[in-house]
Amino acid sequence: MTLFAVSSAGIFPLFHTGRPWLAYWLLPYPNTMNVWPQFRSPLVWDVFAVSTYATVSLLFWFVGLIPDLATLRDRSQSKAGQIIYGMLAMGWRGSSRHWHRYETAYLLLAGLATPLVVSVHTVVSFDFAVSIMPGWHTTIFPPYFVAGAIYSGFAMVLTLAIPIRAIYKLEDFITMRHLQNMAKVMLVTGLIVAYGYMTEAFIAWYSADKYEGFVPLNRLTGPYFLAYWSLIFCNVAIPQLLWLKRVRMNVPMLFIISIIVNVGMWLERFVIIVTSLHRDFLPSSWGNYSPTFWDWSTYIGTIGLFLSLLFLFLRFLPMISIFEMRTMLPEAKVDEEAL
Amino acid sequence: MKTSPAVYGVLAEFEDPTSLVSAAHQAHEAGYRRMDAYSPFPIEELHEAIGAHHTRLPLIVLIGGLCGCIGGFALQYWASTIAYPINVAGKPLNSWPAFIPVTFECTILVAALSAVLGMLALNGLPQPYHPVFNVPRFALASRNRFFLCIESRDPQFDLESTRKFLETLNPREVTTVSD
Repeated sequence: MTLFAVSSAGIFPLFHTGRPWLAYWLLPYPNTMNVWPQFRSPLVWDVFAVSTYATVSLLFWFVGLIPDLATLRDRSQSKAGQIIYGMLAMGWRGSSRHWHRYETAYLLLAGLATPLVVSVHTVVSFDFAVSIMPGWHTTIFPPYFVAGAIYSGFAMVLTLAIPIRAIYKLEDFITMRHLQNMAKVMLVTGLIVAYGYMTEAFIAWYSADKYEGFVPLNRLTGPYFLAYWSLIFCNVAIPQLLWLKRVRMNVPMLFIISIIVNVGMWLERFVIIVTSLHRDFLPSSWGNYSPTFWDWSTYIGTIGLFLSLLFLFLRFLPMISIFEMRTMLPEAKVDEEAL
Repeated sequence: MKTSPAVYGVLAEFEDPTSLVSAAHQAHEAGYRRMDAYSPFPIEELHEAIGAHHTRLPLIVLIGGLCGCIGGFALQYWASTIAYPINVAGKPLNSWPAFIPVTFECTILVAALSAVLGMLALNGLPQPYHPVFNVPRFALASRNRFFLCIESRDPQFDLESTRKFLETLNPREVTTVSD
């Protein structure tokens, strides 16, 4: 899911550069212009953060698939399947020495990917926080963005997992306990995000800066008040239902809440970006923004790209790790007494 | 080597992980060293049972991470102070705190790449051909069967006696693997 989302999300900054065919100028490489990127700019940090995140996610995903690709190779009935899965499995034969190194590598990758999740969202928030725009220039942004990312990430996983679980009859693999725990993580991160909203407003007042102080007032009562109040409704009010076990055990309710949270997180980004930009320090740069036809089409197009990639994955590759499921079976345990 | 070089080893097939691990133990006790066990999922005990050593992979990842860290910082230092210095409001050219995020990302990137490439390299993958695949039933090694292969490189290997030894371990089937 991360991979498909990153490839979809990459579309926006790529077009935002204005000349997407020159996007490689962001990378440090020796060139005839003798120009190097400005490493003090958060935008360059973001290039490194997102490309590292995408690469490590790809590695993590592919390494996790190698033993399963070997299973697919050995079970494949068609010649094409045997050749393609065979090449991807790279001759994996399940040797115990290989498994030992494999498990070490997988553990290390998981350890390396965890700080990466924190860093990628921190760096994205630096894009805002390092600027001097009122409403963006705050130190709460990095933790607030990380919590928001986990929040919307879990909501998105629920949105995808619930229908997939129902359609492919995966109730034995994605159990009620998994769904419940995801709901609990959503509740906790949702509360952190709510705390972030409060801190934002408090610091805006406490700073005694009139530009900063204007931002929350403008959000509550300005031209975009509807977006802000819907955001509070979707991200703060509705998820409080997850305190109730009855709601957490109700799959259709969880699905609806997860969609509401996704909408809420989209509204959050809209509010952060638009309300700060439409009233900055200079009246000459004031204005109102509403998405154009092309803005909406790009957005809908990326959802289409995401779903196409996801469905191709579900069709051709195992959506649940086969070998990890095997290790959970009681038959997979070595009987100590027999040794 | 007492056998013809055309034989890679002798392969025994087992039904469950417990019998494979105990067979591997007994083979190790009998003095066999050049052997490998194959299973559809990781079995922790197995790796010790065949007497394999600990992997050097963590050290490779550490070295990779350090190279990424130093390389990432060096790139930024060189680009910002030597190759393309830009004076921003008289601030120092080596503004190292601003270089931390990219240094961190480079550390993780190179460490992750060395974990994956190091694992593949130590495992000798990709390897398009391996003799064990000559046994048709070995396709089950990625599904639900467990195999132990004593290789002909082992100094103690002898086609007849090794075969007999493996047959005492209660396998489902013993096959000779041609090279």
